[in-house]
Amino acid sequence: MSTTVVNTGTEGKTWGGGNQPLKASYGKMMMWFFIVSDALTFSGFLAAYGFSRFKFIESWPIADEVFTHVPFLHGQELPMIYVAFMTFVLIMSSVTMVLAVDAGHKMQKTKVTWYMFLTIIGGLIFVGSQAWEWATFIKGDYGAIQTKGGNILQFVDTEGKRVALGDFVVAGHRDRTAHERKNGLWFVDEGTLPTYTMDEVMHGLESHENVLVRTQMINEHGEKTVLSRAESLKQVKENGIAVVEGANLKVNEYGSPLFADFFFFITGFHGFHVFSGVVINIIIFFNVILGTYEKRRSYEMVEKVGLYWHFVDLVWVFVFTFFYLV
Amino acid sequence: MAHAHKLEILRGLIKFKSNTQKIWGVLILLTIVTAVEVVLGIYKPEALMAKVLGMKLLNWIFIILTIVKAYYITWDFMHMRDETKALRRMVVWTAVFLICYLIFILLQEGGYIEGVYSSGFVKRDF
Repeated sequence: MSTTVVNTGTEGKTWGGGNQPLKASYGKMMMWFFIVSDALTFSGFLAAYGFSRFKFIESWPIADEVFTHVPFLHGQELPMIYVAFMTFVLIMSSVTMVLAVDAGHKMQKTKVTWYMFLTIIGGLIFVGSQAWEWATFIKGDYGAIQTKGGNILQFVDTEGKRVALGDFVVAGHRDRTAHERKNGLWFVDEGTLPTYTMDEVMHGLESHENVLVRTQMINEHGEKTVLSRAESLKQVKENGIAVVEGANLKVNEYGSPLFADFFFFITGFHGFHVFSGVVINIIIFFNVILGTYEKRRSYEMVEKVGLYWHFVDLVWVFVFTFFYLV
Repeated sequence: MAHAHKLEILRGLIKFKSNTQKIWGVLILLTIVTAVEVVLGIYKPEALMAKVLGMKLLNWIFIILTIVKAYYITWDFMHMRDETKALRRMVVWTAVFLICYLIFILLQEGGYIEGVYSSGFVKRDF
């Protein structure tokens, strides 16, 4: 008299349980689903960038003019070269990652170790490059004037070449020092004071006949509009309220502050992904060295972090296009 | 886990002998595509400035090349080519549908607000 059901009579049938219709392990499938949701987060950011850009399509900064620097090559205008290098580094580290996964399938521990190591190095080079790019962007290079309406006026010479504030403005004697928490009210802070005052810029502009103002507006040739000499003087005198050097979340010498905000947010969020990817890769790297996966007889863990790592590369491909190319 | 990799790309135009070889092949492809993008981005040929469907031809080229790159990263680096059809569709279709929807809405709205700003008056309530 057995009342226990030993089997349900559904073994081997579709709904009998134990099926793997996707032929992927739980972990791998969940990594894929996480990637889908993360992809949607990134698209949210990029679409929001597109929204703001479409909103200010006539005055959006031209990325080529913003990101022109390459480390160790000072004063040379090399748009996109460094970002292209960063893209290549990330793709290359993706390649070493697939090679690690491939070696994992063949249970070659030494090879997995080396490829993981190279992947981590690639990731670090990328994060370092991004930090440098941020530093350059925050520091700025030419300086500009902000108007009452929040627009940016930049300076060019008669041939249309950019002129830095330092080239025509002389900083006078300064009595005022920056207010810091330690020398004033401890609960009030002010940012860095600009090198020049509005008066000094105005004076410099008046004494240099060949300096003109360039506005944010994009003309029919896809270039920023340059004002006449008289109009330049008038604009700075009537509308200029502040000297802007570099970029932060509030002001941006390259143009619309939104551009800087999105730059910091999107590349920052991506950089954070790369950073966490590097950390996870390091953990897995040590597990490989310790032989954890050798004992498990499966390197699937390497495959899972590999998926995440490729995803980071995938996102960068889109950030590269929408921030730097289009 | 049987690891039968599909070793052909470009619809069988190029067939690799091993998975490792395929990885290097895809790297070369991605490098070429990136190089083309960078060169076009630096020189911006005048001929590609014509507007097609409301956007510069050059920008269309960039976007298409980006999708090409994304395809090869997903299909070959992330091994989507070797997954089952169901998993592939679950991941790709969901993402593609939602992303297209979001982009359409936001860009449409952005363009409309731009129109309100530049024409200087409100045509409709928004």
